[in-house]
Amino acid sequence: MFRDFDFQVIFGNLDILWDGMLITLLLTAVAIVGGILLGTMLALMRLSKFTPLSILAGRYVDAFRSTPLILVIFWFYFAMPIIGLQAIGGLGSVLIAFTLFEAAYYCEIIRAGIQSITRAQINAGLAVGLTQCQTMRFVVLPQAFRNMVPVLLTQAIVLFQDTSLVYVVGLKDFLTAADLIAVRDNRVVELYLTAAVVYFVLCIIASLWVRKLKRGYAI
Amino acid sequence: MAMKYNWDWSILLCRSPEADPTGAVEPGTPGSGATEFGGGMGQTFDTGAECAQPYFDWIVSGLSWTVIVACAAWVITFSLGSVIGVSRTVENKTVRAIATAYVEMFRNVPLLLQMFIWFFVVPELLPEDAGRWLKRELPLPEYWTAIVCLGMYHASRTAEQVRAGIESIPRGQTHAGLAMGLTRTQVYRHVLLPVSYRIIIPPLTSDFMGIFKNSSVALTIGVMELTAQSRQIAEYTFNIFEVFTAATVLYMMVTLIVVTIMRFVEAKVRIPGTIALGGD
Amino acid sequence: MIEIDNVSKWYGDFQVLNDCSTGVGKGEVVVVCGPSGSGKSTLIKCVNGLEPFQEGKITVDGVSVGDKSTNLPRLRSQIGMLFQNFELFPHMTALENICLAQTKVLDRSPDEAEERGMKLLERVDLVEHAHKHPAQLSGGQQQRVAIARALAMDPIAMLFDEPTSALDPEMINEVLDVMVELAHEGMTMIVVTHEMGFARKVANRVVFMDEGSIIEDADKEEFFGTPRSDRAQLFLSKILEH
Repeated sequence: MFRDFDFQVIFGNLDILWDGMLITLLLTAVAIVGGILLGTMLALMRLSKFTPLSILAGRYVDAFRSTPLILVIFWFYFAMPIIGLQAIGGLGSVLIAFTLFEAAYYCEIIRAGIQSITRAQINAGLAVGLTQCQTMRFVVLPQAFRNMVPVLLTQAIVLFQDTSLVYVVGLKDFLTAADLIAVRDNRVVELYLTAAVVYFVLCIIASLWVRKLKRGYAI
Repeated sequence: MAMKYNWDWSILLCRSPEADPTGAVEPGTPGSGATEFGGGMGQTFDTGAECAQPYFDWIVSGLSWTVIVACAAWVITFSLGSVIGVSRTVENKTVRAIATAYVEMFRNVPLLLQMFIWFFVVPELLPEDAGRWLKRELPLPEYWTAIVCLGMYHASRTAEQVRAGIESIPRGQTHAGLAMGLTRTQVYRHVLLPVSYRIIIPPLTSDFMGIFKNSSVALTIGVMELTAQSRQIAEYTFNIFEVFTAATVLYMMVTLIVVTIMRFVEAKVRIPGTIALGGD
Repeated sequence: MIEIDNVSKWYGDFQVLNDCSTGVGKGEVVVVCGPSGSGKSTLIKCVNGLEPFQEGKITVDGVSVGDKSTNLPRLRSQIGMLFQNFELFPHMTALENICLAQTKVLDRSPDEAEERGMKLLERVDLVEHAHKHPAQLSGGQQQRVAIARALAMDPIAMLFDEPTSALDPEMINEVLDVMVELAHEGMTMIVVTHEMGFARKVANRVVFMDEGSIIEDADKEEFFGTPRSDRAQLFLSKILEH
């Protein structure tokens, strides 16, 4: 069944595929960094004693976590021009959508991480004279992040795969690039299977690395 | 929101007795999704109050397909996921390797690409007769594809939950079962699975919600579920805020219902004397 | 009834059992003791095939345990086993725990199994707890249910793997009492335990293990009177201090 497999269509279009991969990596990187920053803020809000703040953050997380990513992409892709932000463009609105969406998931991971630090640790921080904020900054967060690294990275692998959903608004990420070549040259089998292999190899390398990291951390 | 945007919530209520919700727009043709959506924005329709199309019916139809596809996929997910998850814990190395390979394969390729592969590639690789049957004779092929693809994709995740659940049970329980003469199969059936399913209800719940959300990915192969229908209405009316709000609210309601049902199930099957795991 | 001949077992390179031989006659009570990690639990788990072993032979009532053709579930159903952490099944009531193997392995009818179960619960003095789940019972109660669960199979011998070491002191006796009763009734028992009082009271023989080997295998009087090995003496002096 692979007799007619045409490798030429892959090697002849490596440049297009590479450009797509760059978009995929850009989306992943921005969403990870933005998502973790915003997610940390949301997590601190959720844990804050000031109720309106924690409710607000809670609603934010619930809303994004119960909505499909595709719908969120549509929201921002269609809404940005209407509220007068055409300048942001397709890529910009998708970047915002991904960052806001991922922040909700990162928030929950970070919150769990912070809550895993014992009360005794916090008391120890306060006992040496640190303020609440300093305790959070120098005692709780460093430990929490260290514990969370494997989970955060696993989420990043999921995110890397999820970026392929920008296909629905025609942004040329790796998968969309493969799809365009597939349709243009009528080589669906080759392109899709190659794309699958590329995603698989990248993700499995990453997850093996995470697993190794986790083992190193276990002690 | 200073732009000229005509708010009109009433479009959500547009009904028509002879409406044919799925027939209004051809389902996406193979691989054309990338270019189709941008062009759709160019169409002009009145954004006024009158109903050009029975949008309400479209939304209802979209929601029903979301529920049907998700629930059907979940049946596959749960049964296959249980089998794979159990297989990852047995002693036989070959069985374990196969199950591990399944999990890694389905977990490390994007769902969207898996949809494409099931829909466009698998029929090409099958023997000619089977391929033709899939492409030509099977009614609603995109819906069947979506259900199988979603089900098998999420099975890899559920399998990991089931495995984790089983592995969290101390080995002494297996020994106790074997010591009284139960076979390994009986130990799984009467001891390990009943307990591990209870332990993993919370992660199973979020998996189930994941299936609902991920059913939207099926729009790329032409399944007219809730997200697809709302996008279509957005393109017809330009009332994107109203229609996307409606869709978002509906997804949130589905989530709420699922969570409520699972909470109920969890409370119902809770083992007396143990602390509720998911409760807060 | 139980013959253990030259049994050796390795986990990878690590030898956990080193050429162990002993035997238990019908109606005999043998107490196995020794420091933790000495292989006591592993040895009795080999007797009903829960742990495989690489060398040697174990027979129970003439049936070879290590033999591939042996019907292990059938063999195990004839040997009752008690565990350190009780291992009642948490999702079943006490009575359901007792009935499970009766119906699934011995093909007794549910009614028959239940009747037998209630009788045994009466015997261990837990009738009023029949419909409670394990998490609602104390440790001592759980272990007594576990004894009832084992007895329901009409075992020809019973294995006890540190049955009281996870119990609070005040609950130890309620379990030991039942075990003493069993011993007096003539049950064949292998008991891994540190309860030397129990050993003195009912054991016929005491086996002392260290680092995977059987160091002493002697009559009770001889063992407690004049243990031959230094290690057994040391062990005894430490354990009897308390």
